[in-house]
Amino acid sequence: MQTAKDLKEYRAELREALDNEFLRQAMDKFAVAYRGSRAKAFAGMDLKGLIADVAQAKDGAAQRMDELLSEFTAKAEAAGVKVHVARTALEANEIIAAIAKENGVKKIVKSKSMTAEEIHLNDHLEGQGYEVTETDLGEWIIQLRHEGPTHMVMPAIHLSRYQVADLFSEVTQQKQEVDIEKLVKVARRELRPKYVEADMGISGANVAVAETGSLGMITNEGNGRLVTTLPRVHVALVGLDKLTATLRDALRIIRVLPRNATGQAISSYVTWIKGCVECAPAPGGKKVHHIVFLDNGRRALARDPLFSQVLRCVRCGACANVCPVYRLVGGHKYGHIYIGAIGLILTYFFHGRDKAKNLVQNCINCGSCKDVCAAGIDLPLLIKEIHARIQDEEGHPVPSTLLAKVLKNRKLFHTLLRSAKLAQKPLASGGFIRHLPMIFSKEQNFRALPAIAPKAFRDLWPRIRPEVKGARLKVALFSGCVQDFVYPEQSVAAVNVVAGRGAALDFPMEQSCCGLPVMMMGEMAAARDVAQQNISALDPAKYDYILTLCASCASHLKHGYQKLLGNDPSWAVRAKQFADKVIDFSSFARDVLKLAPEDFRPGGGTATYHAPCHLCRGLGVIEAPRDLLRIAGVEYKPAEEEDVCCGFGGTFSIKFPELSAELLAKKLANAEATGAGTLVTDCPGCVMQLRGGLERKGSPMRVRHMAEILAQQIK
Amino acid sequence: MSESQPLSRLFEEKAKAVSAVVSTVTSLEQALAHAVDLCDKKDACQILVSGCELPLSATGEALCETKQQKILAAPGLEPKLFAKLKELAAERGILCIDTGMRQRLGGVDIAFTVADFGIAETGTLVFDSNSEEQRLATMIAEFHLAVLPVSKIREKSFDLEEELLALLQKSPSYTAFVTGASRTADIERVLALGVHGPLELHILLLED
Ligand code: SF4
Ligand code: SF4
Repeated sequence: MQTAKDLKEYRAELREALDNEFLRQAMDKFAVAYRGSRAKAFAGMDLKGLIADVAQAKDGAAQRMDELLSEFTAKAEAAGVKVHVARTALEANEIIAAIAKENGVKKIVKSKSMTAEEIHLNDHLEGQGYEVTETDLGEWIIQLRHEGPTHMVMPAIHLSRYQVADLFSEVTQQKQEVDIEKLVKVARRELRPKYVEADMGISGANVAVAETGSLGMITNEGNGRLVTTLPRVHVALVGLDKLTATLRDALRIIRVLPRNATGQAISSYVTWIKGCVECAPAPGGKKVHHIVFLDNGRRALARDPLFSQVLRCVRCGACANVCPVYRLVGGHKYGHIYIGAIGLILTYFFHGRDKAKNLVQNCINCGSCKDVCAAGIDLPLLIKEIHARIQDEEGHPVPSTLLAKVLKNRKLFHTLLRSAKLAQKPLASGGFIRHLPMIFSKEQNFRALPAIAPKAFRDLWPRIRPEVKGARLKVALFSGCVQDFVYPEQSVAAVNVVAGRGAALDFPMEQSCCGLPVMMMGEMAAARDVAQQNISALDPAKYDYILTLCASCASHLKHGYQKLLGNDPSWAVRAKQFADKVIDFSSFARDVLKLAPEDFRPGGGTATYHAPCHLCRGLGVIEAPRDLLRIAGVEYKPAEEEDVCCGFGGTFSIKFPELSAELLAKKLANAEATGAGTLVTDCPGCVMQLRGGLERKGSPMRVRHMAEILAQQIK
Repeated sequence: MSESQPLSRLFEEKAKAVSAVVSTVTSLEQALAHAVDLCDKKDACQILVSGCELPLSATGEALCETKQQKILAAPGLEPKLFAKLKELAAERGILCIDTGMRQRLGGVDIAFTVADFGIAETGTLVFDSNSEEQRLATMIAEFHLAVLPVSKIREKSFDLEEELLALLQKSPSYTAFVTGASRTADIERVLALGVHGPLELHILLLED
């Protein structure tokens, strides 16, 4: 739940969450275990194909929402069901309370439903005097604790067995042992009478199949079956996004959802209900059955060209399972009702800007969520877009407006960077500096920050530009700000590796920052502007490749620009041509230059690798850098969790230094555990973070960009 | 038959992976004997339902006391088979019922059912559960013992699409996929079986 008024309060809450030892350990264990069980569950299956099937089925359903609703309603009503459509949360609550009243209900049992959480149904019903009991174990626990869920599938994942034992001791007025098996049995016995006494059962649904008029429910505990069987009244609350055209589409979803959620091939129960089934205590022996479809903005979402994809979500929770920020702070701080990446987005639409405004800033843009999403939703993009919208609605903060202004004017930006070099002079020592001029904060102390280089790469270029005769390839080098102004030696190393291998390098001087930082800050207009400048500067028609050593730039140039300019008729074609030519350094060295072991000297020492988010997920480049290490005569020692974010995330590390520091600490511990001498990576941002962290720790481990390692080993 | 052979093996493998107990029978009569045996051997010295030995609230306790004897529920079984089962059960002092589940909500020992279909890929049983007695029995029983004719096994859920559509199109209809026992991992992600429904699922593959 979000209660923080501003970013400052939110950060204080985050610090509190970071101090929760149990939560941290539980989340770490979960993150690691989840990855393994998910991989196992999908082994041998065409995962991309399955995800595409779900996306297609859900997109089709969203486009035909009203049509499917009528089809479903006709079928269900023919089977005796009363179907309602609630436009708002309040309407849904009132409809359900009215059904309870009309049927003389006193006690209600519920099975788990995120949609019911979305509209705060329990509060409404309890306010009207009904006794409501959650029967899903996790939901019951948090209901007893008067809390919201911290995970969409495992709502009580933040609690320990000790806390549950204390809670159950209170509920039963008997001392309970701290033994999970026994606690589960206590719940079994305590909840059973609740079903027996209840007059009404409330459930959700995972799918509503239009062609048959049936609801499909996916559960593990089996409480859903009791909730829909024992009481004489059954109300199902179903988001309009749960409609699917056919049984086949529903089966497709069921094939992916449990595997992606918990690594189970299927949940223990899948229950299909249509119409008023046999129910002894109900009038005429037939269940009183109502279905309440909830709109609450879903119909409008279905018509939105960008955001309609959120309706694909099947609520598997995977986007939280893999999120490094969720892993650090847990669901109460990384969501409001809905949790994880999708939660950040849904919070804005269902619970408002106030609840969403801090949350959306806390995404480090690592792309892990998008990578595992059961429905292929571009979650990081949508989160950034909402961040931008909130700024447009509430006003842009000063630093973000300033940066946007500066970036739009390349010359001004570069002049400022050069003068930053002068301002820092007295502080610089050994290439590290405590405070870059823009970061006057003690909180940045968890890593040493580098100095601006004495000479930017663009100033070195005229001198080092290699003369290539009879080149077979024309390659434009895009350096990105960090390699231009902070680590020009990395670009120089790349020039040395490429020179003399048949590629003519060019460094167009009009290039500027790729624009990712302003996009991260929600400055979409400036992001578009800079994208256009760069496409003009590096005219795609002139080059065979646009090479960059920065993974973040590469992924932004390749995918981000098309998203920013793809709908603009005057830019779409060139943005696509541009994207097609962008290549990262490791892929270029391995696949284009075709570097081979003969090109390198032996004895490159030992190295481990950090896979930058924007390389491994952003560009899908996984093997190339590891292959290159071996090709270059370096002994590669794999580290744990190589593909987990290092915590840099550009402006993220400035806004949330304590989270950045934690992510970095984990990353370095894993790297150091390999005993390798060098930590290699493919992104200058990651180099900055990793090197700064190791320096602060006084570690002997060195950090090198891939280009530097290759330059050092090449014959 | 030659085709269903590997499917039944795949089914067995997948069902066991979710802790179902799988064995093979050659006739329904053999399955009945198995059911009575299982009921007889189950917690030989105790008729208490699971969880009732723990410290509970007064309402929790009250429901425990409703069960006084070993009970085998077999709703929906053909009358002749049911009579046979009843006879076998009586020999061991077990009460055999096919109706009145609402009077037994404290729990019964075994629910004996015949599944309509099986899905090999996930080890899933499919039941037409329109009958309330059937639905309840398979939830309140501590062990669910289901017979699955091997000829009814398909590889994937998609291969059952037509049959499922026929089930779902009935009006009204309640159809259940059951895979393994009732489970939860809601406390510290530790797997525990039998949170609301059966603690164990036993499957008898019937070679028909
Ligand atoms: S991009 Fe990374 S940090 Fe952001 S929500 Fe997704 S997983 Fe979390
Ligand atoms: S957004 Fe994707 S990963 Fe997240 S809950 Fe929805 S379907 Fe699952």
